[in-house]
Amino acid sequence: MSPLLAVDDPVLLSFADEVGASGPVAAAGRRTRWERGGALHPDTRLVTAPTGIVAYSPAEMTAQVRAGTSVEEFHLALAEHGQRSALPERGGTVGGAIAVGENAASSLGRGRVRTAVLQIRYVSAEGRMVSGGGPTVKNVTGFDLPRLMVGSLGTLGLFAEAIIRTNPIPEVSVWLRSDDANPFAVPTTVLKPSAILWDGDQTWVELEGHRIDVVSEQGRLGAIGSFREADGPPALPHHRWSLRPAELASLDRAATGAFVASVGTGTVWATNPAPPRSLDLGVAALTERMKHEFDPTGRLNPGRSVATA
Amino acid sequence: MAGTAWSDRLRNLTGRRAGTTPVADPLVADLQQALSADRVHDSGVHRALMKKDASVFTGGVSGPLCYPETTEEVQAIMRIAERHDRAVVPRGAGTGLAGGAIPLGAPIVIAATRMNRIVDVDLDDRVAWVEPGVVNLDLTRHLQPLGFHFAPDPSSQQVCTIGGNVANNSGGPHCLAYGVTNAHVVALEVVLPSGEALMLGGLDAEPLGYDLRGAFVGSEGTLGFTTKVAVTITPNAPAVRTLLLSFDTIRDAANTVGAIIADGIVPAALEVMDQRITEAVENYVGAGYPTDAGAVLLAEVDGLADGIAIDADRIGEIGRAHGAIDVRQAATEEERALLWKGRKTAFGAIAQIAPDYYLHDTVVPRAKLADVLDEVYAIAERHDVLVMNVFHAGDGNLHPLLVFDARIEGKLDAVHAAGSEILAASVAAGGVLSGEHGIGVEKQAYMDQMFTDDDMDHQGRLRRAFDPVCRANPGKVLPMGHSCADIAALRSVPSEVWG
Repeated sequence: MSPLLAVDDPVLLSFADEVGASGPVAAAGRRTRWERGGALHPDTRLVTAPTGIVAYSPAEMTAQVRAGTSVEEFHLALAEHGQRSALPERGGTVGGAIAVGENAASSLGRGRVRTAVLQIRYVSAEGRMVSGGGPTVKNVTGFDLPRLMVGSLGTLGLFAEAIIRTNPIPEVSVWLRSDDANPFAVPTTVLKPSAILWDGDQTWVELEGHRIDVVSEQGRLGAIGSFREADGPPALPHHRWSLRPAELASLDRAATGAFVASVGTGTVWATNPAPPRSLDLGVAALTERMKHEFDPTGRLNPGRSVATA
Repeated sequence: MAGTAWSDRLRNLTGRRAGTTPVADPLVADLQQALSADRVHDSGVHRALMKKDASVFTGGVSGPLCYPETTEEVQAIMRIAERHDRAVVPRGAGTGLAGGAIPLGAPIVIAATRMNRIVDVDLDDRVAWVEPGVVNLDLTRHLQPLGFHFAPDPSSQQVCTIGGNVANNSGGPHCLAYGVTNAHVVALEVVLPSGEALMLGGLDAEPLGYDLRGAFVGSEGTLGFTTKVAVTITPNAPAVRTLLLSFDTIRDAANTVGAIIADGIVPAALEVMDQRITEAVENYVGAGYPTDAGAVLLAEVDGLADGIAIDADRIGEIGRAHGAIDVRQAATEEERALLWKGRKTAFGAIAQIAPDYYLHDTVVPRAKLADVLDEVYAIAERHDVLVMNVFHAGDGNLHPLLVFDARIEGKLDAVHAAGSEILAASVAAGGVLSGEHGIGVEKQAYMDQMFTDDDMDHQGRLRRAFDPVCRANPGKVLPMGHSCADIAALRSVPSEVWG
């Protein structure tokens, strides 16, 4: 009997053949975050991951989707069954969303990408199809390759397919906006906001759930400011900063430029680029060892590094 | 591959046993100098205590037992282990059920017991910094007055440690809605087998680099020793409703679970118990469970009062539509607490029936629950083993409990044979080998039912990046031959040391 995770999908096997076992290679999605991790070496061969939703079981809340599928198309298919996922809708592909690992602005409600990937299939530097994780919503079988792959920028393997955890779309979803509320009072005022965004002046809160709960939460918000319904979240500036939630209170426009901060997560979208970050020496060395184990010749996404992302 | 001959396999791994009193050991002397004489134990009694964990597996051989109190002491132990070419095994409360803490090759056992401080509760970042020896329930009790709790709640939460939860990526009934340990660990201070201390992950939104914290969680002590953990703290829900649904058959209960999830409800917990285990629980704690039902479903929803009232009513409707013969809601907090006490002491209740049990842990797609349960009962019957089922039904996590008396000749082999078939049936249904207990020594030999050689090779690569010589907890998780220098580490025991 062949192992449960053995790959027999000819589409995936053909993708593995295309990636092959030699020469610099990278997978291109919609290039919405193409600059992340540094410039790709110019003689890198580009491949595109296969597309399509392979299996979707709303009752299991899991969907098996090929990496080249656009997140919008994926979410349209889920929405037909009243579901969605944690992958951010920003014009990219499922594989790109996993490779970059950025969370959606409403990640408090939709969940984080790092916990949404149940199983990952990728083509290794040796051109082999490798699977990690498993198809079920709960699984601790073996080492956690899906966690390692989220945010790896395709430097450890080129993604071919994933099984993504899905979630029900709540009955009601509303955005509220206030000019006078303290954004940092929101987490202790309402139980599970799906998003709290703050631009230094105004606060946006996304409330989701049963209509009756959303109405009562809206009433509770009245205690900390005057909130009105809004069309949606504010436009998010281009650059992304990663801060501790507690650091947001001391954000300085002189450093960030105009910003929108996600209270409760610490993500900040700003007009100014984030200051460069670097890994501690020991973590940097471990990162290099990891890259060398998975890609000894450095052929996957050459030029890109998670250490400078 | 076989479910039998575990003890033979382990004996082969654990090197020689001289049966003599250890001679003065330079390793022990070095460890005592680095810690203190009273925190390094090398007596036969101490080593014997470390030989087992809560699993049925025997054959462990322990080296010296150390109780470090600081990260620097753990680093010193690692460097001494390297100098003496000895393996190390982290140990929390020893409640693991897959043999993950069983020492193979007379390793240094590093106990987390004395690293048990809750270092800081940071309400602004909503994290708690804890040392690995903090008991899971103690953390939640500490957080309760602040309005928070630690979400993973394994049945062993009264004794199991956060370090053990990190090593095993532990779950528990309430992980259905809140996620398992990995979702709640934001940063980890770890000591690698090289002796280097690293901070993995971070409190910021999207830490730079590979998710090494995510890779470390659930690695069963094979990548290093956790010395400090930042876990997210979860706000306590203002309202909770707990329902008890009774069914004539466990199939009806299982199908109800699938229908609840398919309806778009994600309860805080969905636990099923079959009639045998319900009877045992009732005899043990008198929790108010019906003993005449074929199965019961304990369903809990938490959140805001109005919304969960809607969900609770809907769960009742779905239950009745799937054959529930009774639906009741816990009317008081006392009644709710008693129902949960019954569920969480289910494994203790087994002692009334037989002296030993073997608890399995597979996950299957929810739609296959009923069919796989039928198979589990049939397998147990074929092997003349009593089986009870109590499980986290909401995420398809089966816990067939094989109850037996190990003193009866051949019984343990029958239990292993039945377990092997249960694993195969779960994987054949599209499921996985373990939902929350891990692989340890228990399921290594079955890894090839799920993974190809390439898959396991890549898991081995992840491990080697952390621990190139496989000094940390050798002989676990990956089958022999997929795990770098495991075999060398296990054979490196000096023959004069061991008794």
